[in-house]
Amino acid sequence: MSERTIIPFGPQHPVLPEPIHLDLVVEDEKVIEAIPSIGFIHRGLERLVEKKDYVDYVYVAERICGICSFIHGLTYCMAIEELMKVQVPDRAQYLRIIWSELSRIHSHLLWLGLTADSFGFESMFMQSWRLREQILDIIEETTGGRVIFGSAKIGGVRRDISSVKMDEIMKKMNVYRKDIAQLCEQFMKDQTVKHRMQGVGLLSRADAISLGAVGPMLRGSGIAQDIRSTGYSGYDRIGFTPVTETAGDCYARCMVRMREMDASFVMIEQCVGKMTDGPIEVKVTGNPAGEFFMRSEQPRGEAIYYAKANGTKFLSRLRVRTPTFANIPPLLATLAGCQLADVPVIVLTIDPCISCAER
Amino acid sequence: MAQQQIIEITPAELIEKVSAMKAQGQRLVQICCSKLPDHLEVAYSFDKDFAFLSYRLTLADTSTPVPSISKIYGNSFHYENEIHDLYGVEVKGISIDFKGNFYRTALKTPFNCAPEGEVKP
Amino acid sequence: MSFMGFSKVVLKNLFTGPVTERYPFVPKVYPQGARGSVNIELEKCIFCGICQKKCPTAAIAVTKEPKSWEIDRLRCISCNYCVEVCPKKCLALDTKYAPVSTARSKDMFKAVQSAG
Repeated sequence: MSERTIIPFGPQHPVLPEPIHLDLVVEDEKVIEAIPSIGFIHRGLERLVEKKDYVDYVYVAERICGICSFIHGLTYCMAIEELMKVQVPDRAQYLRIIWSELSRIHSHLLWLGLTADSFGFESMFMQSWRLREQILDIIEETTGGRVIFGSAKIGGVRRDISSVKMDEIMKKMNVYRKDIAQLCEQFMKDQTVKHRMQGVGLLSRADAISLGAVGPMLRGSGIAQDIRSTGYSGYDRIGFTPVTETAGDCYARCMVRMREMDASFVMIEQCVGKMTDGPIEVKVTGNPAGEFFMRSEQPRGEAIYYAKANGTKFLSRLRVRTPTFANIPPLLATLAGCQLADVPVIVLTIDPCISCAER
Repeated sequence: MAQQQIIEITPAELIEKVSAMKAQGQRLVQICCSKLPDHLEVAYSFDKDFAFLSYRLTLADTSTPVPSISKIYGNSFHYENEIHDLYGVEVKGISIDFKGNFYRTALKTPFNCAPEGEVKP
Repeated sequence: MSFMGFSKVVLKNLFTGPVTERYPFVPKVYPQGARGSVNIELEKCIFCGICQKKCPTAAIAVTKEPKSWEIDRLRCISCNYCVEVCPKKCLALDTKYAPVSTARSKDMFKAVQSAG
């Protein structure tokens, strides 16, 4: 038996845009165990709910994460709507799906670039971020913001998309869809990519359940768990089937995300087809009371908002469980036994978003 | 919307109930602590096929230790360290115990202390 | 051959121009409705203070006497909320961002005496 060494990985590391620290116990080049350490950027946003009233908190909720900002705001709004028994108009629900799926596409493209970059495929990074920029342009045209959409609101949405604009967008989207599909194909068929990802970072089906993995991490291990199946915000009205892969390795998780991007385009198309004119918001009066666990599917996995209200305009507790927080324990399981050089790739395939994990 | 259920239990029953959930193949989705005016609540949420179930413990204060479920669900150490660091709830026997160093916060137990007063803009 | 898959993209990129905008030479066109900075038409303003009350970041300060409307540009998150609640519709969100600054300063707008 050779000697064991501990190698610190992060919080500052070339492949990590955000601070997570892992103590890697290695024997030669093999990782035996990984011990995580987070909490560098804990902001205490959950407690801010005691100082911001429930309407203003939407802006804070949107800023929990910089990438899946819209779905954070949306989940918060849905939790409050559930407490106040507000029925959101149909058009608003379709708009919410469109923006959710746009943010899923842009988040997955961002992830694709970072993952490719983690093993030195830098031109893929540039290509995917170039495509992402076009999606961001659509988002800016429709909501006014590039990353912070600011369009979710308790009781509906803030902005409407006119039908002229919608046609324009759909024309562009058809082109982008082809570009993205082509890019994904090039990535997935590449010999080097396969070499670096197939059979690396295996997470078995049983482990995925017992370690509480979420999102593409769970679906990559063959479990068809996608909160969109519960039909929140009108997902029940459009045909939706979760994307799954069975291999459970890094490659399978990539494949899940690639296919999800394509599914998102289909969903946006369906929404545009089914949308009818109508109001985009309902007026919300009064204060929320009661408690509810709202769940939604973010690009990184399932997010849970637990809201407990006491009939005043300040909630008594808001708890946010973000997908990355749930994905860290399975990450540790996949790291055990891998090669040291594969650590960045495995870390990137959970699509880490540490800032939102720490709220 | 899928149904959700909250069942009140006592700390002594926790291990037994959680083991039963594990045997059913449920996924531990989250553990969440809430501070209410006169007591603390800890909710353990499970999910299987979108049916959402939470077991809830009610604690009078932080002096009552809660048994750790990290031997049953390996991912619970994360949540247990979190409730220990933010609320000061003592969790006994966590598999990876950070002993209060999970979050690097300026205040000890920041979610279970008096508000510091309005910060003037 | 699977390892040559990327060469198509490389060739295409060789013969097309840059995809980035040549910013200082070609001015940036913001799409309509982009959330930039808040502007006020003081003649219409009645100094009711609703925008101040609703602002989620407390960036706006309104005083009735003397009539003034003040905004902290660094605090403002351009959320459009004040524009939505304004009863006189005197606030508008410009597509251009507020100019960068190195120190915290507030933009003060004062009503002319004769208007009051």
